[in-house]
Amino acid sequence: MKKTVALLLFFYSVAGFAAGSGGLKLDHVNVDLSDTPSLQRGARIFVNFCLSCHSASYMRYNRMAEDLGISDEILRESLMFAADKPGELMESTMPVEDAKKWFGTAPPDLSLVSRSRGPDYIYTYMRSFYLDEGTPSGWNNTVFPNVAMPHAMYEWQGNQRAIFSTDSDGNKTFERFELVKEAELSPEEYDDAMRDLTNFMVYLGEPAKLVRYRYGFWVMMFMLLLIGLTYFLKKEFWRDVH
Amino acid sequence: MSNWIDDRFPATKVWEEHFSKYFAPKNFNFWYYFGGIAVVVLVLQILTGIFLTMHYKPDAQLAFASVEHIMRDVPGGWFIRYMHSTGASLFFVVVYMHMFRGLLYGSFKGPRELVWIIGMVIFVALMAEAFMGYLLPWGNMSYWGAQVIISLFGAIPIIGDGLSEWIRGDFVVSDATLNRFFAFHVILLPLLLALLVYLHIVALHKVGSNNPDGIDVKKHKDENGKPLDAIPFHPYYTVKDMFGLSVFFMLFFGIVFFVPEFGGWFLEKDNFTPANILQTPPDIVPLWYFTPFYSILRAVTWEWLPGGAKLWGVLAMGLSLAMLFLLPWLDRAKVRSIRYRGYMYKTALTIFVIAFVILGYLGTKHPAHIDLFIFENVIWAQVCMVLYFLFFLLMPWYTSRDTSKAEPDRVTG
Repeated sequence: MKKTVALLLFFYSVAGFAAGSGGLKLDHVNVDLSDTPSLQRGARIFVNFCLSCHSASYMRYNRMAEDLGISDEILRESLMFAADKPGELMESTMPVEDAKKWFGTAPPDLSLVSRSRGPDYIYTYMRSFYLDEGTPSGWNNTVFPNVAMPHAMYEWQGNQRAIFSTDSDGNKTFERFELVKEAELSPEEYDDAMRDLTNFMVYLGEPAKLVRYRYGFWVMMFMLLLIGLTYFLKKEFWRDVH
Repeated sequence: MSNWIDDRFPATKVWEEHFSKYFAPKNFNFWYYFGGIAVVVLVLQILTGIFLTMHYKPDAQLAFASVEHIMRDVPGGWFIRYMHSTGASLFFVVVYMHMFRGLLYGSFKGPRELVWIIGMVIFVALMAEAFMGYLLPWGNMSYWGAQVIISLFGAIPIIGDGLSEWIRGDFVVSDATLNRFFAFHVILLPLLLALLVYLHIVALHKVGSNNPDGIDVKKHKDENGKPLDAIPFHPYYTVKDMFGLSVFFMLFFGIVFFVPEFGGWFLEKDNFTPANILQTPPDIVPLWYFTPFYSILRAVTWEWLPGGAKLWGVLAMGLSLAMLFLLPWLDRAKVRSIRYRGYMYKTALTIFVIAFVILGYLGTKHPAHIDLFIFENVIWAQVCMVLYFLFFLLMPWYTSRDTSKAEPDRVTG
């Protein structure tokens, strides 16, 4: 029995070990899917900003409303700009052909970005736009260098400049950001808003995540009971062996 | 009623032969749970697979979205899908444990050669099943993984290019490939696996189960002809396997509900982006259960070999599997179980397991990086590949010289 527990623990620790990744250091974001108000605020930001260009075409409006406790009226009034019926998929309003003309590439679907890139990536990316006259959009990003996307929330965050240090070989390393234009939100408020957005996008990547831990807990309880039961059943049946 | 059936169909006879009067050694330990668990996982994969096919669309335009449809819009779809993806990886965990049991206690040795050979055919069929199933979600890693593995056939001289084209049904992995892989994954290979598992068990029940002592339990029988050291499979091992299965399912559902991606080992990050022929993932890595063999494939880098390194890499990978088939004839030891073998086999098996695990680890890493120490990954992979093959090639020599201990007359519990 002890051996089994040790083996189980080892198995799960492997999962944690494998989760690490290399590259630029990302800021950690505290994802909490039980924080429904945060998810609702995130949904609002997502629909108002992201959905203008991007799609989330595996997700339906009414599913989102149901999961996040949003009423039908509020959904129709302030979250459904690009759709007529709540059962519709969250498609973008921008035609792909236009997007290619304007940005040189079609904005990717965002349904699964939290699963392919991870929450820390989204959180850091959304806070790492800086002014760069060398790019077509006038914006650049330290997380995704030369990204085609302009900063969608510059009015919230303000314009920032990136400070790079140059070593003796001429390699540029990113040091820090410098705010050059005042914004509608304070840096803390902006970080909180991006945390809400990231939180929502984690939900968007896997709506089942809202329920699976809860189900999982009861399944584990049941399995423990079953292990106990079968253990004593085996013991009882094997009494006459040896 | 039972008479009526038994006059027409050997129901009671089969039940007795394979369950209530099938005598199994009474000293089975931890390692003997995995055969039964493997059968249950196969059944689970088939059942969850049936439900997935009800909503999945084997079409390059629709496949990726249909999987997300299962994950979001189909009631309980995510649960079925996670059971299937977790089941795939755990199937290999269970089968690797089951095979290692064979190495520990010499279960492959006579008279169980055919049990082992059929088992190896199951293993190869399972690899094909997993490989084809992995293409179906049509994620970017699915796509590029299939592209890389199918292109390996191109290394075969003369017919290579034509062969890989024939497998794909196109010049690149495409809708045609997806459709045929779907057909193989849901019809051909499951049927084949079910048949092979049946044969595996029939062959086993003909010769009887081995045990941790590796001795023949049929030598000592009571006055009724029942082996003294064996017990009927039912109810003794059915209840014991119920316990083993409960522990297994705790692990299984723990993954399904809490860590279905298993940190990227069971569901890879790059597979949450749809297949894109214009965008190669930074590292094309097969899932963990293929990586030891993938490592051997990549370890052959000697371009001076006639036909090129790639051809010999493919050959080495094929040989690494073929070696396992030959095991019953490579082993010359007089005893079966590791308990009574000498230090030579024990050492060789330890080195083999370490080399196999390191190969598996290196298969997930870039060959030119340094992830162990001092040397690049490819160097370590070459060392481990040599050790892997030496385990088999030197086996006739070291097993015939090994100093084995005397086997006990009766099982030791």
